[in-house]
Amino acid sequence: MAASATLEFEKPIAELERQIDELKRTAGDQSLDVGDDLAPLERRLAELRSEIYRNLTPLQRVQVARNGKRPFTGDYLRLVFTDFIELHGDRAFREDAAIMGGWARFDGDTVMVIGHQRGRDTKENIKRNFGMPHPEGYRKALRLMKLAEKFQVPVLTFIDTPGAWAGLGAEERGQSEAIARNLFEMSQLKVPIIATVIGEGGSGGALALGVADRVLMLENSVYSVITVEGCAAILWKDGKSPEMRERAADALKITAPDLLRLKVVDEVVPEPVGGAHANHEAAASALHDALAKHLDDLRGTRPERLIRRRREKFLRMGAFTG
Amino acid sequence: MAWFRKDRKVRQPRRERLEIPPDTWEKCEACGHTDIRDRFQRNLNVCPVCDYHRRLRASEYTAALIDENTAEEIEADLRSVDPLSFPEYPQRLRKALTNAGDADAILTVTGRLEGLPVGLGVMDFAFMGGSMGSVVGEKIARLGERCIEKKYALILLSASGGARMQEGVLSLMQMAKTSAVLSQLAERRLPYISVLTNPTTGGVSASYAMLGDAILAEPGAVIGFAGPRVIKQTIGQDLPEGFQTAEFLLEHGMLDSVVHRKQLKSTLGQLLRHMMGRPALATAVAG
Ligand SMILES: [Zn+2]
Repeated sequence: MAASATLEFEKPIAELERQIDELKRTAGDQSLDVGDDLAPLERRLAELRSEIYRNLTPLQRVQVARNGKRPFTGDYLRLVFTDFIELHGDRAFREDAAIMGGWARFDGDTVMVIGHQRGRDTKENIKRNFGMPHPEGYRKALRLMKLAEKFQVPVLTFIDTPGAWAGLGAEERGQSEAIARNLFEMSQLKVPIIATVIGEGGSGGALALGVADRVLMLENSVYSVITVEGCAAILWKDGKSPEMRERAADALKITAPDLLRLKVVDEVVPEPVGGAHANHEAAASALHDALAKHLDDLRGTRPERLIRRRREKFLRMGAFTG
Repeated sequence: MAWFRKDRKVRQPRRERLEIPPDTWEKCEACGHTDIRDRFQRNLNVCPVCDYHRRLRASEYTAALIDENTAEEIEADLRSVDPLSFPEYPQRLRKALTNAGDADAILTVTGRLEGLPVGLGVMDFAFMGGSMGSVVGEKIARLGERCIEKKYALILLSASGGARMQEGVLSLMQMAKTSAVLSQLAERRLPYISVLTNPTTGGVSASYAMLGDAILAEPGAVIGFAGPRVIKQTIGQDLPEGFQTAEFLLEHGMLDSVVHRKQLKSTLGQLLRHMMGRPALATAVAG
């Protein structure tokens, strides 16, 4: 969970970056021109990044998706939107900081943004419960969606959570009902909804923001019914070893290309080489373009048609014979 | 095993497993009371001593709830496939088909309940722990659509550990799919009643199970999103006595009523008559 740790498979990249930095520092100290030495190293770095990221295994994608350096909902709010004003609370029990949301402008137009929010350090992660909502988080989200419906603006959600919180209070206050209610209400909301998986899409806690007209996934995000650890623990009584986690990650088919193939998502949004964490601005720019395209597609669609198509989309999901 | 044939009237309950004679001894899991199988069965598999609600098969619930000679199974031909090529899923499916029958984890029928036309879906824990995969979602969707078409009320009786992991994200999407169907029913003012039995957890609890116009539960049923074992692991301490039982949920405002299995049919009938604008039963009027 540590935000600062370098991913294991990124170590060669980090090592090369260190060499380049050192060379630059030496050059700066001694006023040397190292351009000739630097160029091949930087070329090698770019190659290495693209090579490593072209061949990510599903488990490595899980690690990228969970990476604390990756842009969060709050980062995209800053980079893609303007004029954000956060709204708080479910009006029933309390404010849940694992989900953040409020009014914002997208290319000048008002939209409602709702997303899971993780923390970059321990203090913030405690406040935001690692992006794992309690029932009041889902209820706040629903309140904001209803507001968007009332004022007829689109809803943009960002999914980035390991899943619902398995605690006493969350159960006591009915997290089953809170998630179910969102699925129900989202399938009849009268304004466009676009959901984007930006990191880890974990189970019901993710789906509670995921019933949408368009579902997008960032290239290195994952979306799953259960964590790879949970799956490995149940099936092979071992949720810890890299081998079993790898096996679960492969078996569950959780990567963006997999979900596109399974017709669960509509589009995969490309990430910059080296992953969204390597270049927040470039990731935000790609996300902006994808959102703009789908918002444009949905603009002007009458509510009845919007709802009918949204329901049909989810009613088609599944695989069976007979 | 499949004595519900498609488009054929259902015969009245015979012994579920013909190979087990009615005088076989069985033991109550709660109090240890030992009795012949037939005694348990005639009591709807509720322990005659301690009232523990033992597990019922989907076909047995159907027989207990639907009026004689009115049940008709629908969508009996739907079968699970292995969309992800998940390790050992085909073998597990074959085993479940052999041991639990070919209705997958839910049996869907139309019929009458105290004379009222209903669509009834009953989950079967015996089939892979009542797990919800694509077939369960599709059967519920089609049952819901049938109810809309015929203006029937819908009743779903849950018994499930949650989504079927072996179908990955497709099983997660069944939560959205079933909820979408329920929103269509609601739009047409058709009643939907959810009945929760032991256990109702995971993705089933966080979708249709918690969306009823009325939500009933059997006594002692374990109901929740996260399973007790996972919560214990997360919080690192034992769970309070009775946590996540039907009675606990009732106290916390999550259910309308905890109903004994013997009163389930009459309770469903009473609720449906209110919601469908039908007069009360003569016996209920007297007072
Ligand atoms: Zn007993």
